Amino acid sequence: MILYWIQKAIAFAAFIALAAMGELLTEKSGGLNLGTPGTMCVGAAAGFIAAFRYCSAVENPSFIMILLLTLLTAFAASALMGLIYSFFTVTMRINQNVVGLVLTILGCGLAEFLSIFFIKSESGNVRCDSANTVFTARIPFLSEKLGVVSDLLFGYGFMLYFTIALAIILTIVFNKSRVGLNLRAVGESPSTADAAGINVTRYKYVAACVGSGITGLAGVYCVMEFKSGAWATADLITIQAFGWLAVALVIFSFWKPLNLLWGSLIFGIFYWGYLYIPELLGVELSTDLTQMLPYIITIVVLIIVSFRKKKENLGPASLGVTYFREER
Amino acid sequence: MNEQRTPVIRLKGITKRFGNKVLANDNISMDVLDGEVLALLGENGSGKTTLLNMLSGIYYPDSGEIYVRGRHVSIKSPHDAYALGICMIHQHFKLVDVFTATENVVLGLKEKGGFDLKAAAKRIRDICEEYGFDVDPDQKVYDMTVSQKQTLEIVKALYRGAEILILDEPTAVLTPQETEKLFSVIRNMQAAGKTIIIITHKLQEVLAISDRVAILRKGEYIATVKTSEATVASLTEMMVGKKVELNIDRPEVKDRSLRLKVSGLSCKNADNIEVLKNVSFEAYSGEILGIAGISGCGQKELLEAIAGLQHVEPGAEITYTHPSGETETLIGKSPKQIRKMGVSLSFVPEDRLGMGLVGGMGMVDNMLLKDYNRGSSPLTDKKPSKELAERIRDELGVVTPSISTPVRTLSGGNVQKVLVGRELASAPTVLMTAYAVRGLDINTSYVIYDLLNEQKQKGVAVIFVGEELDVLLALSDRILVLCGGHISGVLDARTATKEQVGYLMTNLPDAKEGGDADDSQEK
Repeated sequence: MILYWIQKAIAFAAFIALAAMGELLTEKSGGLNLGTPGTMCVGAAAGFIAAFRYCSAVENPSFIMILLLTLLTAFAASALMGLIYSFFTVTMRINQNVVGLVLTILGCGLAEFLSIFFIKSESGNVRCDSANTVFTARIPFLSEKLGVVSDLLFGYGFMLYFTIALAIILTIVFNKSRVGLNLRAVGESPSTADAAGINVTRYKYVAACVGSGITGLAGVYCVMEFKSGAWATADLITIQAFGWLAVALVIFSFWKPLNLLWGSLIFGIFYWGYLYIPELLGVELSTDLTQMLPYIITIVVLIIVSFRKKKENLGPASLGVTYFREER
Repeated sequence: MNEQRTPVIRLKGITKRFGNKVLANDNISMDVLDGEVLALLGENGSGKTTLLNMLSGIYYPDSGEIYVRGRHVSIKSPHDAYALGICMIHQHFKLVDVFTATENVVLGLKEKGGFDLKAAAKRIRDICEEYGFDVDPDQKVYDMTVSQKQTLEIVKALYRGAEILILDEPTAVLTPQETEKLFSVIRNMQAAGKTIIIITHKLQEVLAISDRVAILRKGEYIATVKTSEATVASLTEMMVGKKVELNIDRPEVKDRSLRLKVSGLSCKNADNIEVLKNVSFEAYSGEILGIAGISGCGQKELLEAIAGLQHVEPGAEITYTHPSGETETLIGKSPKQIRKMGVSLSFVPEDRLGMGLVGGMGMVDNMLLKDYNRGSSPLTDKKPSKELAERIRDELGVVTPSISTPVRTLSGGNVQKVLVGRELASAPTVLMTAYAVRGLDINTSYVIYDLLNEQKQKGVAVIFVGEELDVLLALSDRILVLCGGHISGVLDARTATKEQVGYLMTNLPDAKEGGDADDSQEK
């Protein structure tokens, strides 16, 4: 039973971590993008629509094409959200919180509108099974022949491994590369970065666009695997809630990509806790109470986090601050 | 000095505006010679920093031409400036706190080859050895002292192959000893063939370090003179446009009576480090008590403890004596109660607006802040505040478009006048002021000194925390010297010398127990 619990938790953790990684990338450049939930919805809708239209238009849809279309559309659509975010916060210098919240509202509405407009289904509930097959495809051999190890480590679609790889790549980029050093400088002290000859605007734009793109991938990942390739506009509310969880997770992780992995796993374990905890403890617990667990954990963690004194753990120093070079 | 030196930088008709109103630089033409130390002198707001920001690529001139080594150049970004060998060290250091020294140095560089922090650290060590710097490449910036950060900035510039270094008020944050060290570094760099431009308004330093002095006044270029041919008086005249009386008045103390008695005062800061240790002193009416000390030696905590803003350790006593002779303890009283008793604090922090004024509000609303609860009406009565704001504007000469313009948009000096003016208006019996003239030009400083003297003659006990020793010695009646949270001495300002005060600022008297030396290292 615990095995199932962990498996479910990992499947849940993977896309939350991916969404948070996109947000983390944006935050490293000093942009607090509260548009994450909206961006996830847009990514989910765009990716699903692309897969759905392709599958209904072609007799024998090729798996490669499904994969490419879904991911590229999701990435492009949500990167566009990042572009809007950057334009307003960096170029127009509008308050980041305001722009972010507006993007969340816009994104959720847009996702609903797009899906109704392009899918044209009476009930609003449709499936794209071939896409689900692609996203849940297991690694041959490794996922079958190793018993428990197979189930625990290899019983997932490719996006999990993509997420882990991305966490490692981002860690290396942030800490070991010139680009990462420059990016962190932009987030810590844009005036310093500017004086050092770094193009602050470009870094902020690229970080927000790529970050949003990654967040959007998490959205479509959530639909294709977690929701088994089924699209229902009502699910957008759930995706939105996951988006907020991802924003909180960034703080939880001390702004370190690798911490996102185990951080999201803890979220995942408690998210599914209501199914297993009462049974494990042998007591009757109200489902409503146990379902609150991940959110209670979030609050507790944020309180603990606020006690930290070490500067490295406090996040980018100019997070949320608009930079204007000629301000006196 | 060699007369045949070639100009390494030539500015021609440089003009820069901010918005439509502020003309920061007006048609400036001047030369910087190769291998010289040039001091750029001017009052606050005379456009010194703006002018050199255009050399370093932070700003771009609205009109005018810049020639570097005879070549017409267009410096659009700091990167262009580096390419020309120009590097500016800003007053507010451009360093990332959570980065190590090495990371800060290589930041933004586009070196060929791989990204190798170890090799960079080695080059930094080499540079340090060559010029006699003391920088640990692996130290995080937030662990560094101000002086170390400044050194790191210079190392950063040299690492990037800077040939022309611009230092923006480099001594503003340094102790006298650190300043001396900086000057020897500057001399080392000059000996190595670098050209150095220093922005400053401290005349003594101009005379001590520079070869030539260029003077700006209100955005206009006045002249460049050889330092060897200049005197304090001649430079001041060019800087302010008219002769400024350099002597500060010091009226005789009259009707001296005990106003404030502090004994056994200890305070801890947020990190639980003791920043004030067993401080005892007395302040008398009709005199100015100067407080000297290197910045961060407990001055802020001392004033805040008296004003009721700082938690004090048990065992301390702060007793206030009313003019009528009654005594009352201040410990345990709220800041508001203490203010009502006539103890007023005007603290000018480094950013001026941080404490005391709300940047987004106008003068009137800022006046209102300190007596919003006057009267019994639930609505505030703005009229007295408006009158007060007008009076301060007229008496202190605050330059502002209107008294309701947000104070954030005023220049630093004007902000300080508003702050000090408001404190004086509450007719205090104890007036505490910290860094009242920080960053102010000479004219404005004198206005503030006169105000303090006026208060003193009215019988107010003035506590003046100052930075410049000359001013402290000329203005105060007694000087209390703080060193690492201890009182290292109280001197009669009429007879004390600068050396005496300077010594006490850095050394505790031998009578104290041996453990003190370690304590002061905590800073």
